[in-house]
Amino acid sequence: MRYSGWKVIKEALTGHRGWGPAWRDATPKPAYDYIIIGGGGHGLATAYYLAKQFKQANIAVLEKGWIGGGNVGRNTTIIRSNYLLDGNEPFYEFSLKLWEGLEQELNYNAMVSQRGILNLIHSDAQRDAFTRRGNAMILNGADAELLSTKQILARYPFLNVNDARFPIKGGLAQHRGGTVRHDAVAWGYARGADQHGVDIIQNCEVTGFRIENGTVKGVETSRGFIGAKKVAACVAGSSSRLMEKAGMRLPIESHVLQAFVSEGLKPVLPGVITFGAGHFYCSQSDKGGLVFGGDIDGYNSYAQRGNLPVIEDVAEGGMAIFPMLGRARLLRMWGGIMDMSMDGSPIIDRTHIDGLYFNGGWCYGGFKATPASGFAYAHLLATDRPHDTATAYRFDRFAKGRMIDEKGMGNQPNLH
Amino acid sequence: MRIPCPICGTRDRREFYYQGAASMLDRPAAEAPLEVWHDYLHLRDNPAGGTRDLWYHASGCGSWLVVERDTVTHEVLGAALVEACDAD
Repeated sequence: MRYSGWKVIKEALTGHRGWGPAWRDATPKPAYDYIIIGGGGHGLATAYYLAKQFKQANIAVLEKGWIGGGNVGRNTTIIRSNYLLDGNEPFYEFSLKLWEGLEQELNYNAMVSQRGILNLIHSDAQRDAFTRRGNAMILNGADAELLSTKQILARYPFLNVNDARFPIKGGLAQHRGGTVRHDAVAWGYARGADQHGVDIIQNCEVTGFRIENGTVKGVETSRGFIGAKKVAACVAGSSSRLMEKAGMRLPIESHVLQAFVSEGLKPVLPGVITFGAGHFYCSQSDKGGLVFGGDIDGYNSYAQRGNLPVIEDVAEGGMAIFPMLGRARLLRMWGGIMDMSMDGSPIIDRTHIDGLYFNGGWCYGGFKATPASGFAYAHLLATDRPHDTATAYRFDRFAKGRMIDEKGMGNQPNLH
Repeated sequence: MRIPCPICGTRDRREFYYQGAASMLDRPAAEAPLEVWHDYLHLRDNPAGGTRDLWYHASGCGSWLVVERDTVTHEVLGAALVEACDAD
């Protein structure tokens, strides 16, 4: 079924009885050519591009709960491509370009809103760093603009640029950045994948791998054994738990990241703003809630909830830059589990087991990467070669000293 | 989350700096092969459930502690000085 304005009018006049489910509830077949483990944004995008772009067939996505119930439904919905390093920036810019065409591609309203992202500058050193970053972005075909305080005040008149403690000296803007309706990304990719014949199998937890002579033969699941020629892990947040079943230890720690949303307010914040003197960022959802967050809690965790010290820290950051935030009541807060890698960058690679592939280590930046992650992973699965923008996301970069360390923190995942 | 420091008593998590898995105490010999060092520096067990990790009592006595903890419930099961653990 194709969605259109005419369809909406027709359904409005006929009692909305003709919509039908957006994807089939498939039951598992005995075997597939490709099994993708994880029905989140990245897994569903991988299945979609594998079927649509790379013309592969006989594909299943296995999800232990319901699709889109993990981090694609728990993030703060921001898209951007404002990275510095060569290993990252082309990939994230490719992702942003895919976001720009996503709704037409999927015939699905994902509410992609390029309302712009602004990184505030509070010191001369920060201006130098952001100038360098902006130039790296432009060199890789992304957009970047250094804004003066006057330009910032024209769009965000409520900011106090003369604050005594954290004066605002300017900002690095990426006007093509913005926000996306996160759940709709999972649903849109699921619908698109389903239309191209992918079986989306929910309530199907992978409990083990069947590996013979160093080659994967399929997966054991809560719904029985399912054979596969290629098995693709895509479960960021639970990567270590899954890959342990294949005997692998990963360069990854699981950490909890909290996010917050206020009660619905009238429009006050037209774009996304990040505070440069603490870790705090904020945007306003289309429903009016201020969506904001900050640092990870900082200790290994698999609990999808955090503790009070970080909540306090985020609130302090928010009050320092948006004192008006103190008048809004907090509606919800929640936590999600991040794959924090040793250099803060992801992995899309083969494993040492033939036919077993891995996608993970997205730290707290996985949402914006969803389209490119799916595309690059599908490329790897279909061709056994990495996509041009993802050649650096290899397992062996740690042993070889080729870390992609945007923050320069070293192998200390809670500092990335 | 509160951590029972053997010297200072039970204190708020804010007083502590988190380092990572206590396996960091088992440092390989300088001449150990590259793979051993790679394992030590970059690979983690990252368990869901019981774990042992290193915390530094930065705003207290300045001790390094091995804390036993559950990563799924955030329950803290106990803490000991690194020196005591090393002697085991």
